[in-house]
Amino acid sequence: MTDAYIYDAVRTPRGKGKKDGSLHQATPVWLLRTLLLALRARNDLDTALVDDVILGCVTPVGEQGADIARTAVLDAGWDERVAGVTLSRFCASGLEAVNMATAKIASGMEDMVVAGGVESMSRWQMGSDGGAWVMDPRINSALGFVPQGISADLIATLERFDREQLDAYAAESHRRAAQAQAKGHFDRSIIAVTDLNGLTLLDRDETIRPGTSVESLAKLAPSFEMMGSMGFDATALAKYTTVEKIHHVHHAGNSSGIVDGAALLLLGSKEAGIRAGLKPRARVRMAAVIGSEPTIMLTGPTPACRKALGKLGLTPADIDLWEINEAFATVPMKTARDLGVPLDRVNVNGGAIAMGHPLGATGAVILGTLLDELERSDQTTGMATLCVGAGMGIATVIERV
Amino acid sequence: MNHESAVHCDIDDAGIALVVLDQSGRGMNVLNPALVEPFAAIIERFAADPSVKGLIITSGKTTFLVGADIDQLSAITSAAEAFELAETVKRVFRRMESCGKPVVAALNGTALGGGLELALACHARFALDDAALKLGLPEVKLGLLPGGGGTQRLLRSLGMQKSFELITQGSELRAAEAKALGLVDGLATTREDLIEMARAWCLTNPKASQPWDAKGFKIPGGDSKHPGVVQLLAIAPSIANGKSHGNYPAITHIMSCLFEGGLLDFDVACQVESRYFAACVASQASKNMIGTLWYQLNAIKKGRSRSGGVASSKVRKLGILGAGMMGAGIAFVSSKVGIDVVLLDTSLENAERGKAYSLGLLDKAVSRGHSKAEKRDAQLARIRTTTDYGDLAECDLVIEAVFEDREIKARCTQATEAVIGADALFASNTSTLPISGLAQASARPANFIGLHFFSPVDKMPLVEIIVGERTSEQTLARAFDYVLQIGKTPIVVNDSRGFYTSRVFATYVMEGLAMLAEGVHPRSIEVAGLKAGMPMPPLALQDEVSLGLSLHIIEQTRKDLAAEGKPLVEHPGVAVLRVVGVEHGRRGKKAGQGFYDYAGKDKSLWPLLIELFPPAAEQPQQQELIDRFLYVQANETARCFEENVVRSVADANIGSIFGWGFAPFHGGTLQFINALGAARFVERALELAARYGERFAPAEIVVRQAAERGRFEDGA
Repeated sequence: MTDAYIYDAVRTPRGKGKKDGSLHQATPVWLLRTLLLALRARNDLDTALVDDVILGCVTPVGEQGADIARTAVLDAGWDERVAGVTLSRFCASGLEAVNMATAKIASGMEDMVVAGGVESMSRWQMGSDGGAWVMDPRINSALGFVPQGISADLIATLERFDREQLDAYAAESHRRAAQAQAKGHFDRSIIAVTDLNGLTLLDRDETIRPGTSVESLAKLAPSFEMMGSMGFDATALAKYTTVEKIHHVHHAGNSSGIVDGAALLLLGSKEAGIRAGLKPRARVRMAAVIGSEPTIMLTGPTPACRKALGKLGLTPADIDLWEINEAFATVPMKTARDLGVPLDRVNVNGGAIAMGHPLGATGAVILGTLLDELERSDQTTGMATLCVGAGMGIATVIERV
Repeated sequence: MNHESAVHCDIDDAGIALVVLDQSGRGMNVLNPALVEPFAAIIERFAADPSVKGLIITSGKTTFLVGADIDQLSAITSAAEAFELAETVKRVFRRMESCGKPVVAALNGTALGGGLELALACHARFALDDAALKLGLPEVKLGLLPGGGGTQRLLRSLGMQKSFELITQGSELRAAEAKALGLVDGLATTREDLIEMARAWCLTNPKASQPWDAKGFKIPGGDSKHPGVVQLLAIAPSIANGKSHGNYPAITHIMSCLFEGGLLDFDVACQVESRYFAACVASQASKNMIGTLWYQLNAIKKGRSRSGGVASSKVRKLGILGAGMMGAGIAFVSSKVGIDVVLLDTSLENAERGKAYSLGLLDKAVSRGHSKAEKRDAQLARIRTTTDYGDLAECDLVIEAVFEDREIKARCTQATEAVIGADALFASNTSTLPISGLAQASARPANFIGLHFFSPVDKMPLVEIIVGERTSEQTLARAFDYVLQIGKTPIVVNDSRGFYTSRVFATYVMEGLAMLAEGVHPRSIEVAGLKAGMPMPPLALQDEVSLGLSLHIIEQTRKDLAAEGKPLVEHPGVAVLRVVGVEHGRRGKKAGQGFYDYAGKDKSLWPLLIELFPPAAEQPQQQELIDRFLYVQANETARCFEENVVRSVADANIGSIFGWGFAPFHGGTLQFINALGAARFVERALELAARYGERFAPAEIVVRQAAERGRFEDGA
């Protein structure tokens, strides 16, 4: 098998996913165009060397639909022989794109691939693509559909994480993100987004609130209590029969933010890198996906990480740094607890609670952040993992070279 | 006028045809080939004849049309046949609504199921403003769905949310409610007025068509792509399953019809509806419900368990001893149907309190517009309170509902018999004490019978009639007639400890307690009870019954058996009752503490339960628990049948559903065995017996059925 290397990682800053968000006026194709142009420019890349662009996008409708990857390749003026494909593995899409690129390179089928994702959550609302899982009563009923927030609250109830612990985690995410931003830890990857005149729309992550504290978060009302009482709690508890009541502990402040953003990584074989005159930064060592029980939905990261580590013959202790997506505070807390990983090695520069979770892009965002931090702190091995809708987990292990 | 068939047609000078549905030999019209074929022919003639300008459909009965012919439905043997049946009816309705001329339904009475579907296929609907008139699509109650386009026409008339509610719940609307929803265009006060309104509509709308056939038609509230509707669709299954626990395929199929129908064009959507209809017809749940809740229930109401050869009778004056919860309820349901009631208690104050129960219910009915003040006052005037046994003199029937104590009951019996006529019946509402024993206090045991009412009497549909050793056939027949007179369903059982319903019901609750003793997590027990289809989980139910009462009954049984020289084999659940009820003194819901802690309307499992009965590390699958609940009840029923305690399959099944709420989709406790097949039942019961005890050892009668390929059946 051919080794797959990461040559570069870029991302847009993440903008608040509402109409007053700074990236709301940028189309999703524009976000991708910005990154494709930057990737070409900063690597002096002959785009004809790239076989394919694989992009995650969870809500591929409207201007995000119809294979936005191919659209963006052409719009960015890349060589027209570069193909493009859009995929969805829900929240894991961005990392799935990287893993798929790795597999293509490892198989020898392709030599150089761009992988990443995009999501303009302000312009194309989460869920606007429908889906049988949610809207078809036959499927919904058979799978025991509940919104993810109900699942997160169920996990917190089972793990006995109380509101204060979750809020403390959330406050820490903001503190770390604010510190990382101030120290310029994100500067290597972030590409400012401008309008068509070159006027800056956004050049830094927009949703970090440095003063966030347990006290300030305590004021927020639980987000999922009402929908839980309307019937979703009962659906979850019909499966989790030893839980008498779900404690609704998640809210807007300890869950991932809704944001706009995109991210890309440039991957290739060693030879492809040499041909392009590029120096590899890291090697993708292993990746795994796994299915887990769909109603509790968010417990996939632990078995996915174990699966990837098992294939490598490693243990969690062999991993220097972890990125565990902060979909909800309970997810990194539970995953770290399961794997026996101390939280000071997890999301050291903050996560999606502070900076947001642009669904299709996040996997690529956190892998880029992980790589930057491994280099900055001069460590070797990192793991990125995300919980995934409908009960899945994904994990990718990288190693600096 | 054409008298050849079930449909008469008369055309007036203006060219408006009045079609009267009037099937001969039936009290009510039903949708079957005898009706549909001539009706279809009339529609064809109507469409083709240019001199006919409009059509009014009404009925020659007091009801309009009450739905599909269940005999025809239950004779269907394949899904293809069911599909074709639905399609045939739909073709007629579709032809009717798209022929270009106005068709109006003049609803002179109740239109249910196919009746309302026919009306929905008309261009306008007018209804008689009559309290007895009901409109609805109740198919779900027999495990079916509207197969005549009803799901699609209702969706396109009322939108997703209202259609979900009405069809999945099978709700029935009064005329005024239907008018407020826009389902009915106008209300008439007389039949003539009704036809005249329909005629006027035809004349002013000579080119009627359906809104869903108009270009650019939009479903009110949005189709299945509309974000608001998608939100509704996301939670609708959770709401439905919260009650049905996924046990009723018809409910999911109805939701599918509405969801898919909200994406498709009308004709395609109708065909999809036929597919789901066929799936319902073919489902075991529907077969179970039709078999029991239709055929067996009808057989019971026609008196199959009543002794023949005894003239039918009516109670004119009823005496009730004891004005507590049960006595008060019996007074209410009896006075409601015009019976004069003498309500006797030890103090007038107590008796008046019992009467006040009726006042409360009636006031509520009046305030909700379901009754009138005069009606309330008339009913209350029929209840006379007293402390004097002499006032019972004229009663045809006296029911005692006093404390469950043999001594007290004996004194009441004797005091009553001293004043009532020689012909009068005496009934005990005991739920636990054998009738033959109580009858020993009676001077005329042939007139002594058990009438076991269920609480709350005004809501519970069943009365268990208990025949004592010396109860006469005449007495049984008269008691049976009384139960029908008050609008309840009678089942007849022979005397035995716990009779039929209490005996089998107890096995459900005790099984839950046994699970707790084994280390099953208490909430898992409760969830399994609900998933099994029971209306209440076992531990909560035990709290309702009260731990004290159950312990009292167990103690009584022990004494009785000891007196007979028989040992009591203690159920493993009894130890749990003792720990919670005696050692910890938690007596149940009334005391505010039992297996649950009660705080106002909220309750939560008593936290100490987990410590007293620590959950095992390895918890059983829910299905294992569900099977235990169902098998233990079915098996105990089979034993009751074998011992001739319960005397017919119909009584056993209906008694289980109406008496203690046994899973209706299984069609009752014996139908549960029939549906599985005796062989499979025996096999699994043996497995459960090996794991959990002899109570699961299959009843001999089922073992025999397994060997002989038999099943539970009532003779013709």
